[in-house]
Amino acid sequence: MSRIPQVMASLRATGRKALIPFFTAGDPAPAYTPEIMHALVQGGADIIELGVPFSDPMADGPVIQLANERALEHHVGLHQVLDIVRTFRQTNQTTPVVLMGYLNPVEAYGYDAFATDAASAGVDGVLTVDLPPEAAEPLKSALAREQIDSIFLIAPTTLPQRVAKIAAEASGYLYYVSLKGVTGAANLDIDSVREKLETIRNTTDLPVAVGFGIKDANTATHVGALADGVVVGSALINIVAAHQERPEKIAPAISAFLKDLRQALDKL
Amino acid sequence: MARKADFLNTPDSFGNFGPYGGRFVSETLMAALDELEEIFTRLWRDPDFQAAFDRDLAHYVGRPSPLYFAERWTRETGGANLYLKREDLNHTGAHKINNTIGQALLAKHTGKQRLIAETGAGQHGVATATIAARLGLECEIFMGAEDIQRQSLNVYRMKLLGAKVRAVTSGTRTLKDAMNEAMRDWVTNVDTTFYIIGTVAGPHPYPLLVREFQSVIGREARQQCLEQIGHLPDALVACVGGGSNAIGLFHPFLADKGVAMYGVEAAGRGLETGEHAAPLNAGKPGVLHGNRTYLMQDADGQILPTHSVSAGLDYPGVGPEHSWLKDCGRAEYVPITDQEALHAFRELTRIEGIMPALESSHAVAYASKLAKTLGKGKDIIVNLSGRGDKDIHTIARIDGISLT
Repeated sequence: MSRIPQVMASLRATGRKALIPFFTAGDPAPAYTPEIMHALVQGGADIIELGVPFSDPMADGPVIQLANERALEHHVGLHQVLDIVRTFRQTNQTTPVVLMGYLNPVEAYGYDAFATDAASAGVDGVLTVDLPPEAAEPLKSALAREQIDSIFLIAPTTLPQRVAKIAAEASGYLYYVSLKGVTGAANLDIDSVREKLETIRNTTDLPVAVGFGIKDANTATHVGALADGVVVGSALINIVAAHQERPEKIAPAISAFLKDLRQALDKL
Repeated sequence: MARKADFLNTPDSFGNFGPYGGRFVSETLMAALDELEEIFTRLWRDPDFQAAFDRDLAHYVGRPSPLYFAERWTRETGGANLYLKREDLNHTGAHKINNTIGQALLAKHTGKQRLIAETGAGQHGVATATIAARLGLECEIFMGAEDIQRQSLNVYRMKLLGAKVRAVTSGTRTLKDAMNEAMRDWVTNVDTTFYIIGTVAGPHPYPLLVREFQSVIGREARQQCLEQIGHLPDALVACVGGGSNAIGLFHPFLADKGVAMYGVEAAGRGLETGEHAAPLNAGKPGVLHGNRTYLMQDADGQILPTHSVSAGLDYPGVGPEHSWLKDCGRAEYVPITDQEALHAFRELTRIEGIMPALESSHAVAYASKLAKTLGKGKDIIVNLSGRGDKDIHTIARIDGISLT
């Protein structure tokens, strides 16, 4: 059973915003990933998005591309990512985990086997970047059978009638991509985010998280004022990358970074 | 598969060729692909657009390209008659220009002022830079850092034509990474930029529209063959990287049951070594670059590095229509190694005075084998998709000669 709806509902009831960190599983090495996940929870994460490494991350900017390459040096694939989630779940039964990645590793695993194994590992949601809702039915049903949420992207270029179509397919939350570009880009335009979120709100009651271009407490505050949640990815991975020679420093550094964002969001 | 194998009426309205093709991209690009599909569907039926396309092919590209009977090569091979479809004689030296002319006409209708393209051997990059120069459009070409080394002549040509050449240093630094980077650029600049994909792969409608633009090859070849020989050929042979020259030749013959089709993949150092670029021979279906198709991948679904002496074939995927033609049994896909291709390059140069691109040399090598097994009196058309001048440095390096 996905933990996402309950977490989102209790945040909404208390007027708080979801803080959703993203980082790539296996970066800089798989042994550190569960520890980093726990550090994120201590820093105030409500949901964790865990990137599944892929050789060809077409929607990602250079920061996440390199994170994928570092993880792949350790041969971290979907099986290893599920192992990581299993390890995390030994001591955390409450924080939802969403796997975010590309379709081909899921195809190679097989939809049904993946859904079954993901559920037993403790995965709550799956976001497949290059799987538009039109082609998502087979994977979506396999995941739904295991009560795993299918999370979909909405982009600045998504037309209003399409927003409705995507919302009808999605569960858990919607992920609004704040800008035209790859992850880690710099040019977030808060006015256009506001405008688009109004369209989305008029269409659906699903919570909306906003990602791409959120790098610090300031941008998180601006976006958090509009959305139900903020996703922070490349900025976190920069911290991982900066400490890759001394990986034991990653968890405390990342926890401290997230606490800033948490405090900023809780002031809203 | 519940449906009967149908390779004549593809793709369907979702861009599917049987279980292959489709549109697997991030949400940001969906609107641009819808727009492209709408523009293409409308214009491709428009007689004025057709006339403009035909005019450019005749007066700018220099079509029709000859169907040349390679008499001496046929005699030395001692088998079936070998005909070369001379796409190497096109302006810019390869079949790639047929497609860039078509897509640039589409770009003009969108009003977008910037063209981008990925390139492997540099032929598609040169063709795109050429058309950008002619139309006065801004142009940026994405090319793997490794390919920039291998194809320095084409890099310089693109720069002379006014294009910016962006070296791609991520991943394996070849064609697939150039395509990733072009996609990333397109996502970022989708409002102002038209992406000219160079092969029959990518998200719908690219495999469809590139095929339509390249089918001029097969339409001409079919007519020339009927005029020159008096009947249809027994076999068609073309090299397959992404597979645009092969689809261009094959497609107008698909309904001609007696015409066999052979797509030639790069077997690199040999299929058994794993160092090749032959997904239809040694890969399995998956999703990359917006379409489902045969891919070189490992058990985790990670895309594998590829190897071919020819940069234009050095790609882990293949156009989805080829995957479907393979599964339907309508076309056969065969491997040719680096060594065999290099040998064919030298043979055709020596025997016919025609220097084939290393990509096309794969087709030449297989055609020699096929001519012997088919035997005398049969007719084979080989798509000579490009000329070999760009590969002189590679050949010289193999010969231990330094050209500076």
